[in-house]
Amino acid sequence: MPEAVKLNVGGAVNAALARCLEEMPETILYGEDVGKPGGVFGISRGLQKRFGDRVFDTPISETAMLGAAVGAASFGRRPIVEIMWIDFSLVALDQIVNQAANVRYVSEGRTTAPLTIRTQQGNSPGACAQHSQNLEALLLHIPGIRVCMPRTGQDAYDLVLSAVACEDPTVVIENRTLYAGAKEEVTIGGEILPIGGHRRRRDGDHATVVTWGSITTRVLDAVDRLAADGLTADVLEMVWLNPFDHSAVLESVRRTGRLLVVHEAARTGGFGAEVVARVVESGTVLLAPPRRLGLNDSRIPSAPQLAAALIPQTEQIASELREVIGWTHAGDGS
Amino acid sequence: MSESPVAVNDRLRDLHAMWRIRALEEKVRDLRLEELIVGSVHLSNGQESIAVAACSELRPQDALYATYRGHGWAVARGVPPRNILAELLARSTGVNGGRGGSAHFSAPEFGFHGENSIVGAGAPTAVGAALAARYDGSGRVAVSVFGDGAMNQGAVTEAMNFAAAFGLGVIFICENNRYSELTPINDMVANPDLSQRATALGIPAVRVDGNDLSQVRTAMSLSVASAAAGRGPSFIEAHTQRIVGHYIGDAEQYRPAGELDADMIVEPIARLARELETAGVGRHAIDRCEARARDEIERAASQALADPLVDPSTAKEHLYA
Repeated sequence: MPEAVKLNVGGAVNAALARCLEEMPETILYGEDVGKPGGVFGISRGLQKRFGDRVFDTPISETAMLGAAVGAASFGRRPIVEIMWIDFSLVALDQIVNQAANVRYVSEGRTTAPLTIRTQQGNSPGACAQHSQNLEALLLHIPGIRVCMPRTGQDAYDLVLSAVACEDPTVVIENRTLYAGAKEEVTIGGEILPIGGHRRRRDGDHATVVTWGSITTRVLDAVDRLAADGLTADVLEMVWLNPFDHSAVLESVRRTGRLLVVHEAARTGGFGAEVVARVVESGTVLLAPPRRLGLNDSRIPSAPQLAAALIPQTEQIASELREVIGWTHAGDGS
Repeated sequence: MSESPVAVNDRLRDLHAMWRIRALEEKVRDLRLEELIVGSVHLSNGQESIAVAACSELRPQDALYATYRGHGWAVARGVPPRNILAELLARSTGVNGGRGGSAHFSAPEFGFHGENSIVGAGAPTAVGAALAARYDGSGRVAVSVFGDGAMNQGAVTEAMNFAAAFGLGVIFICENNRYSELTPINDMVANPDLSQRATALGIPAVRVDGNDLSQVRTAMSLSVASAAAGRGPSFIEAHTQRIVGHYIGDAEQYRPAGELDADMIVEPIARLARELETAGVGRHAIDRCEARARDEIERAASQALADPLVDPSTAKEHLYA
C-alpha cells in the first residue's frame, strides 16, 4: 500500500533499494564500501544487515564490478552496482559500452543484461576536476543503455525502482549535493512505473526551458524571478534522458516558439545540442534562435569561485532566458 | 605395448573432434578468400586440442566465455557448424542472425556465452556467471578463455582478483600461443611464466602442454571439481601454437625462420595422428576422422549458403527489451 513518508533524497534512494531487495529476490547490491559501511554517502546503510550476502563490498575494480554485473544479469540476477563517482565509470567504460550495451542486440535477444548502475555526478564546492564532471552525454551516445537523472526525493525513489525493474542496462545518475537535503514527503510503496517520461515543473507562455539534474533547481529560481516581470515559461525536467521525451519538448515549443536548454554538462557535444537539433529538424516555427546553456567548455577547477564562473548560475540562466524571450527578428519593428 | 580398444576409440574420437574444428576453420578461410564471408576473421588452427579437451570436462550448466578466436570453442561446446557458418555468412539461420559475425557470436543454449572482440573483456563477465551461481544453486562453473596477450589487460587481473577474493567458481584458461596478436609475448613481459600472476593472487595455477589432450583434461577435471565444490577459481596456462596468421591476410613476417615447420610437427592433430599410428592404429581409421569431419563441414557450408540472407528490415530489432 502506498504511504507518504518524510525522506531526503538519500533516504528515498535507500528506501527504493530496500524495496527492490525485498520484492525482487533476484536483486543483488554491491560496490565499493556499499556493504558493511553502507556507502560513502550512506545510501545503502542498513541494507547488508537486512539482506545479508545479497549486499556486499567489492575491491576497487570498476571493470570487474560491471563485468560481473553483465555476467550475473545474463544468469537471472538483477545486479544493482554503485559506482561511487561517475568519473570512476570511465575506467570501466568498456564494460558499459562494449559489453552491457551489446549483450541483447548482438545475441539477437538470447542474452540480456538487466543491470542497474547507480552513480552520482556534478560539481560541489571544492571538488576536484576528477570528481566534478557531468558525463551523461557520453552514455546518451550509446544505443542500448537507458539513462535517468532524478533530482527530487520522489523521483529518486521512483526512478531507482523503474531502473531496476527495467530489462535493459540502466544508469541512474544522482547528485551527491542533493542526498542530505531537507526531508520532503515521498510516497513509497506505489506502483513501479515503466521507464520514460518527463516532469513539467512550471507552466508558461513565453518560452520552453528544457533541463535535467540538480541545475533544475536554479532554472526554477530563474524562471520564478522572471515571473515577477510577467514573463512565464514552461519548464520541462527530463528525468529520463534515454528514452527521451522529444514529443513533450516539441509540443511545448510549438506553443511557445522559444527554446532554452540548460544543463550542467559541457555545452559542446552536450545533450542539449540534440534537443535543439530535434526541434529544428521538426520544422517547428521558432520566434527566436534556440539557445543552450551549459558548462563553459572547460575543465572544472576546485576553487568554488572559479567553478561558479564556468557553471551556469541562477542569474545567468535568468538573463539568458530574458534574451530568448525578448529576441525579435530584425525588421520586425523592434 | 598396444593400447586397449577403449583407449584407442577415445583417442580417435578426440582426433575427429579436433578435425571438426580444423575443417571448419579451413572452410571459413576458403569462404573468406572467396569473399562470401567478409570482415576480420581469426582462426584457431593448431590450438584445437585445448578446446576439445577442456570442453570434454564441462557439464551442460557450465558457462564458457571465449575470445574472437572462438570458432573452435563453439564447436567443442556443441554449437552446430551450420549455424556458425551461417552466422559468418550473414544468414538468418546464424546463431545470432548475423549480429555477431565471426568475432562476437554467442550460443548460450549450448553453454557458449560468447566470443569477445575486446582483449580480456570476457573475464569479468565470466566472473559474473560464477557470482550468479552463488545465489542460484546451479553449481555452474564459469570458464574464461583468453590468450597470452590478454594477461596484460587490467580487466583480466581485476577479474582474477575478484574471483579469488570471493572464492567464485571460475576457471581461467590462458591459451599461450606465444604471440599477443603480432608481437611475441616474451617481449612484452619480464616474467614469461604467466601462471605466476594467478598464483600471486591466491589462485591455484598450472602450466600444461596444450598439445597434450590428457594434460589439459587432467588440469580441467581438477579445476571443474574444485570450482563446483565451492573451492574457488583456478588458472590453467596451456602452451600452444597458432599455425595460421592472427587474421586472414596476416603476412606473419614476425615469425622466425623455421618456427612454423617445427610447429607443424608438434601441433595437436599431427601429433595425435602420429601417436595413434605408433600405437598400431591403421591409417584408414586415422584418415577417416578427417574425412568424416570434412564431409560434415562441407554439408554444413552448403546448407548455410542455401539459407536466406538476413533481412535488413530487422536491423533495429533487439536493441531494447
